[in-house]
Order: sequence, then structure tokens, then C-alpha cells
Amino acid sequence: MLKLCLRHLFRIAVTLLLGGLLAATLIRFAPGFDTDEQQMDSRLSAESIQALRQQRAAQKNVLKFYAAFLSAAVRGDFGKSETLDRPVRELIAERLPVTLKLMAYGLVVGWSLALLFAVTATMARITAWDLATTALAGLFLCIPSAVLALAFVFIRAPGYLALGLIVFSHVFRYWRNLLDKSYAMPHIVTARAKGLGTVRILLWHVLPVSGAQLLAVAGVSVSIALGATIPVEALCGIPGIGELAWQAALGRDLSLLVTLTLLVTVVTLVANTASDVLGQAFRTQRA
Amino acid sequence: MKRIRQFACVLLLVVTVASLGASVFAPANYATQFRDELPNAAPSRSHWLGTDDLGRDRFSRVLYGTRVSLLLAPAAALLSTLLAALIGALAGYLGGTWEKIAMTGADLFLSLPWLFLLLMVRAMLPLNVSAFTSVTVTFFLLGLLGWAASARVVCSGAKAIRNSDFVLLARASGVSRARLLLRHVLPNLKPVLLAQFWISIPIFILSEANLGILGLGVAEPLPSWGSLLRELESYANFSNEYWRLVPLVLLVITVTSFQLILSRDEVSA
Repeated sequence: MLKLCLRHLFRIAVTLLLGGLLAATLIRFAPGFDTDEQQMDSRLSAESIQALRQQRAAQKNVLKFYAAFLSAAVRGDFGKSETLDRPVRELIAERLPVTLKLMAYGLVVGWSLALLFAVTATMARITAWDLATTALAGLFLCIPSAVLALAFVFIRAPGYLALGLIVFSHVFRYWRNLLDKSYAMPHIVTARAKGLGTVRILLWHVLPVSGAQLLAVAGVSVSIALGATIPVEALCGIPGIGELAWQAALGRDLSLLVTLTLLVTVVTLVANTASDVLGQAFRTQRA
Repeated sequence: MKRIRQFACVLLLVVTVASLGASVFAPANYATQFRDELPNAAPSRSHWLGTDDLGRDRFSRVLYGTRVSLLLAPAAALLSTLLAALIGALAGYLGGTWEKIAMTGADLFLSLPWLFLLLMVRAMLPLNVSAFTSVTVTFFLLGLLGWAASARVVCSGAKAIRNSDFVLLARASGVSRARLLLRHVLPNLKPVLLAQFWISIPIFILSEANLGILGLGVAEPLPSWGSLLRELESYANFSNEYWRLVPLVLLVITVTSFQLILSRDEVSA
């Protein structure tokens, strides 16, 4: 287990370094990197515009920019946001708890709904209920997450419910299929034939078989939730990391965008690794 | 279920034909402003879905916007599938270090939430970008950044083909690596690639819509589903004007139709 954890830690570190480099490279080579909204401000003097251009020019070499960024990051300095004129570290410290709370609530709502619907649809085997749950999840899957967030703004419902529905729509189908496969296994068919209770079958036979895979899907859904925080926070007016990323994107704030990408990569990788390690522990315990 | 899929095919066909014939069916150009009438006009004989904030015919904009999204999302899906085919097939066929490098790259792309990556790069477009450039770059980015998940599937498919008997026989007969890849591996990956292509289209449609609502999609005056849905931000002020929801309804119908048709394609793949 220790070896597995160390291997995962090494993978996280490598992916993180490459992820940051990828983000910096993509931003650097994106068309329009050289232009800045501030340069169009008629109140700025020619010298100020020249200074802004020089500041951009210093960021032109991706490797130099990234090396400088990493060495500063090791010291805990993530630079200063150009648009918000505040240290990035301060901004993240302020907004990360908001996003984590939103994600936690959203994931709990999404997972609970998905598990409830998947279990009842698999166990009850009522065609109408099966169709209704599948159609509901399918419908939310076909609505852009930004529209869903807007709908929750109009009905004045909390943003985490929108996030929960987004997670539910993505997770439900996989969990439903996994449970379906587990219920078709010979030992579970036998257990049902012997008249074992549905709850006992679920807890003693189905979940131990499909637990690791269910956890893997749950791990992936963290990344989905993280992606959905951008429209949910931006449109519901929640001051979290997603809203900050949106503001940074509109303001073309390079240092803030790279730091946010690294942060988001860390959260995704940690969630995936945790689900992987838990799944492994689950399988080992079963064996 | 077969009937529902057939119905979905018909719906998709109708939407596609209507959007392709936008220049014939639309009563006006998407950018024409009717200044003699009030903006945000209610539906009438001359404007079936009323007009928008700038006095442009909403029905025409919906038709043209549908055309933009329905033509460019498959183009982006084609690009991402081609990239996935190239990277995934080579990684799966060559195996070893090549596979590890390619799959680490795919993992890297997958570990960055899709919308974050897209938002980041899309935000770097020049400020004075033309509508045509913005639409091209938006969908090009979707295609360029969306290859990773498909490449993983293609890679595992290529690995299975590499270990199959007919490839072993071809190799034993002295067939070159390039010929093996082009004549034996890639043609057998066609069902997987087709499935990945169809799966990508609704994903890209939804991604463009999300970007559009956030103000980072296609630039004005060119309409797309994303830019049309931006109108919904002020829907609270016009909640009794249901005709404003037409772009959303059309998008949901189209994406649902794709999902319904796909459920069969995925099985057959």
C-alpha cells in the first residue's frame, strides 16, 4: 500500500509540473497573447503602454516564465493578479474554501440522487421508474451547465443544487450500469432466489462487488464538479475559484490563470488518487 | 426504443435541413437591424420569434446560429477524432514507451477540467477579433483539446488489434509497420473512431453553449447557440416571453437526439 501511495504521489508531482507547463504554453501561444485591454485605455500615457508591453514581453519565453513562477511558488509566492491587483495567494486563500464547500454540498447532492435512483431503478425493476430516472438524468445531461445555473438563479435556489444535478446526470448512467451488471451475477441471482432481503443483497453482495468501480466513477465526478463550478459560481454570483477563473479569463491574467490551473489539477489528481487507493483497499479487503 | 431513435433521426434531420437552408428560410439576415421597430418586439407576422435587444429578427438568428453550431461542432469532432486516431492508434500499436508517453499526455489533458482549459485559452484571443475568427478559433480549440478521452479508447482498441492473430500473421509475412498500421489496424478501428466522433459532437455543442453564455464564445454579430443563449441572462425580466427559450429548446432537442442515436451506435461499436 505504501508503495502504491508513493507511486501515486510521484505521478501527481509529474502531472502537476507538466500541467502547469501545458497551461503556460497554451496561454503563451494563444493568439492575442501580446494584446492587453489596458493598452487601449486612452488615459494611459505612451510610457505606461510601453511599460505594459515590456511586462508582457518578459513573459514571452514560456520556460523562463514557468521556471521563475515555480521558484517563486516554492517560496509560497504565486505572483500578483494583474486584474484584481492583489496577491494570488491571498485570492486563493479567500476563495478556495467557498469552492470546496460548494463542491462538497454539490457532490453529496449529486451522489445521493444518483445512488438513490440507480439503486431503486435496479432493484425495483419497474419499467416506468427505470425510464423516468434515465430520462431525467438524460435531460440534465443535455442542458448546458450554464443554463442550469441560470435556472437556479431565477428560482432563487442555492447554487450547490445546480452543481448536484450536473454531477447526478453524469454519474447516474455509469452507476446504474454497474449495479445492473452486479445484479446479474450468478451469486446474486442465487441470493435473490433464496429470498434474501433487498437491503441485505445490496449491502452484503452488490456493493462489495461493485464498490471499487463506484468509487472510481465518484473520483471522476470530482473533476466534473470542478469544471462546473465556473458557470455555477460565475452566474450564481458565488465568489469562489470558478468565478475567479472566469474573471482571470476575461482579464487575461496569466499568473492567476496558471496558478488556478495548477490548483485545479491538484484537486482533480488528489480526488482521482484517493478513489484509486480506496478502490484498491476495497479490493484487497475483499480478497 | 427503435421508434424513438427513428424519431430522433427525423428531428435531427429537420433541424439540420432547416439550418442549412437558413439563407432560404430566414426572412432576414442575422445581422440586419430593424430600426423602424422597437427592440425586443413580440412575435408577429414579419418576425416569428420577435426581435432581440438590437432589433434583429430572432427567428433568422436562431436558424443561422443553429447552422454555425451544427456545422462546426462536427468539424471540431472530426479534428479531435483524427488526433485521437493518430495518437491512440500509434500508442496502442507501438506499445511500450510510446504508449506510456501518449497516455501520460492523455492523463494530463484529462486531469485538467475541460472548461478550465478551454476558458483559459479562449480568453487569450485578441480583443479586436472578427466574428469569423472567433467562431473558427472557438471550435478549433474544442477539437484540439478534446482528443484525450477518445485517444484512450482508441489506444485500447489498437492494443487489442495488435495482439490479434491476423496482425501476427501479417507481421510474420513481412508486412511493414506503416502498412500494418494503415491497412490493418486503422480500418479495424473504424467503428471505435465513428463512435468517438458521434460522442464528441454533443459534447462540443454543449461546451460552445457554456462558453457563449459566459461571454467567451462566438463574437457578435455572428450567432451560435451559445451567443443566442446569452439572452437568457436577462430572462427574469421577460419571464412571460416563452419564445426566448426557442434556442434552448432546439439545443436540448438536438443534443437529446444525438444521445438517443448514440446509444445504438455505442452498442454496435
